[in-house]
Amino acid sequence: MSEDKKPIVEIKGVNKIYGDNHVVHDLNLTVYEGEFLTMLGPSGCGKTTILRMIGGFEEPTEGMIYLEGERVDTKEPFQRNVNTVFQSYALFPHMNIFQNIAYGLKMKKVSKSEMKERVEEILHLVQLNGFEKRYPSQLSGGQKQRVAIARALINRPKVLLLDEPLGALDLKLRKEMQIELKNLQKKLGITFIYVTHDQEEALTMSDRIAIMNQGYLDQLDTPETVYERPATRFVADFIGESNIFETVINKISGDTVNVGLEVGNALGLIDENFSVNMSEMVYACVRPEKIKVSKTEVKGFTILGKVKEQIYVGNVIKSNIILVNGQVVKLSRMDIDEAPKIGDIVYIYWDVEDVVLIKSRGFMIHNIIENARLGGD
Amino acid sequence: MKKKKGKVLSRIFTALIYIFLYLPIAVIILYSFNTSKMNIVFEGFTLEWYGRLFRNDSLLEAYGNTLLVGIVSTIIATLIGTLASYGMYKFKFRGKRIIDMLLYIPVVIPEIVLGISLLAIFNLSNIPMGLVSLIIAHATFSIPFVVFTVNARLSGFDKSVEEAAMDLGAGRLKTFLTVTLPIIMPGVISGAFLAFTLSVDDIIISFFTTGPGSNTFPLKVMELTKTGVTPDVYALSTIVLVITIIFVIITQREKKNSV
Repeated sequence: MSEDKKPIVEIKGVNKIYGDNHVVHDLNLTVYEGEFLTMLGPSGCGKTTILRMIGGFEEPTEGMIYLEGERVDTKEPFQRNVNTVFQSYALFPHMNIFQNIAYGLKMKKVSKSEMKERVEEILHLVQLNGFEKRYPSQLSGGQKQRVAIARALINRPKVLLLDEPLGALDLKLRKEMQIELKNLQKKLGITFIYVTHDQEEALTMSDRIAIMNQGYLDQLDTPETVYERPATRFVADFIGESNIFETVINKISGDTVNVGLEVGNALGLIDENFSVNMSEMVYACVRPEKIKVSKTEVKGFTILGKVKEQIYVGNVIKSNIILVNGQVVKLSRMDIDEAPKIGDIVYIYWDVEDVVLIKSRGFMIHNIIENARLGGD
Repeated sequence: MKKKKGKVLSRIFTALIYIFLYLPIAVIILYSFNTSKMNIVFEGFTLEWYGRLFRNDSLLEAYGNTLLVGIVSTIIATLIGTLASYGMYKFKFRGKRIIDMLLYIPVVIPEIVLGISLLAIFNLSNIPMGLVSLIIAHATFSIPFVVFTVNARLSGFDKSVEEAAMDLGAGRLKTFLTVTLPIIMPGVISGAFLAFTLSVDDIIISFFTTGPGSNTFPLKVMELTKTGVTPDVYALSTIVLVITIIFVIITQREKKNSV
């Protein structure tokens, strides 16, 4: 995000604790105007809780939430200029579609004629003209979804919160709705904060992705960076497929490091943002499409494996290469000619710029212990 | 062959159940048109008892009392019961389970015990015995039934609907009135019907909590059994029965239409 963007939602030092359960840890997050931000993570990672705190349905145990510079974390949901699209749609079953969508306007005491005009306009936007008189029980899942979005947008909120809105739809419809939602967001210029556990959804729709792991924000960056340069092992594992090797730094020569695996040696790159010490544990992550194989030894690499199985997934050929210690390395190729044959004994290597080195959790624990020894917490 | 026998038997069985259920009612309807005052044989058709019924002021007054007590106690029980159920659904607090359990006790203890206890309370608190004490007593034993029916409706209630209303700018009261209440309304209405039915039927608790000059219909009929029930009581019962049946048919139709 560029510097001149105006922050619209600011979350500062937010913690949420239910009983013994620390759901959100020291979260700091700034969302900018007009941005499509996705909170991504497995269930129970705290992403929905964060959304609910922004919406006003939960109060942070600690910390502050600002909306357009105004502190809102103790305000009621009906006092905030944000609207929510709920996972279960939460349409009012006793009202027809017109009444559902007009509800927000009715609460704001908008005149009848303006109400009619605005509902019509938004129905047009979500392509549901002519559905005014129907009831939610008479709609399909996708149509209910559109009504939920229309209802949330009618008050022209500054920020729209979406809690896994496509979770209940089938795959094809979900793909269509993804594109539709993204177009809608661009057209309206409203900030979207979108919660999902579907990494593909996050990668295709978002300007930025916030990846949550057990209440911690692991990484906040653009889809490209998150995919290419995962910040933690969890992110590398969660976003797309990844081969993760536990390694130890053997030799540092300039910006190239030699790392030792359980089953051989390999090479990696460090830069000014990432420094390591000798003998430090790091994870080396390589995407399946970046793994290379050779019949002969490649300089700096001594990892040997046997091609065990091959799967055809449409236009991609996936191969599993088993190493001496039983670890399976995933390799994928678009072209059958580039894929190794089953039973081949191959040397595994990669271009040094294709490997991402990640600090191990041990390193973090080391820091925590160090911190505790110094009297912090 | 065997199958056929089973079918015949099951039909007879079903017929017997319905005869068992409806024969007494049929007898009452029949005898309300009987020329004989003795309810032993059917002597001939007459509408005389229906005429007499409308001249029998004490019987009509008793029925008026029953309706009054039924309606007022139903309104009170429905209001309190609905709010209680919603409160217990919405909020977590200490001792919630105990309060929940305490609701079952008036339902399971013998009515006679509840009747005596209410009598004692009314005496102690100087509440005049009569319609007021009857209404309070009936509301008391109806509340748990309203709570149970509304609970059943709330158990399938999606909380996020309320959140959506608040999200769209409705305050708490507005949310309750425009969203929650309409959704739980079927439970509230069936709770109210249950309360009304219980109140109109009640005899034991009414016996203890009524005062002079405020007989209800069931109490009046009980009284009459000592001297012999006259066919005008049958006539009144028949009228009530017909009204009830018409009502049931209408509500069933409505239900069919709304689904």
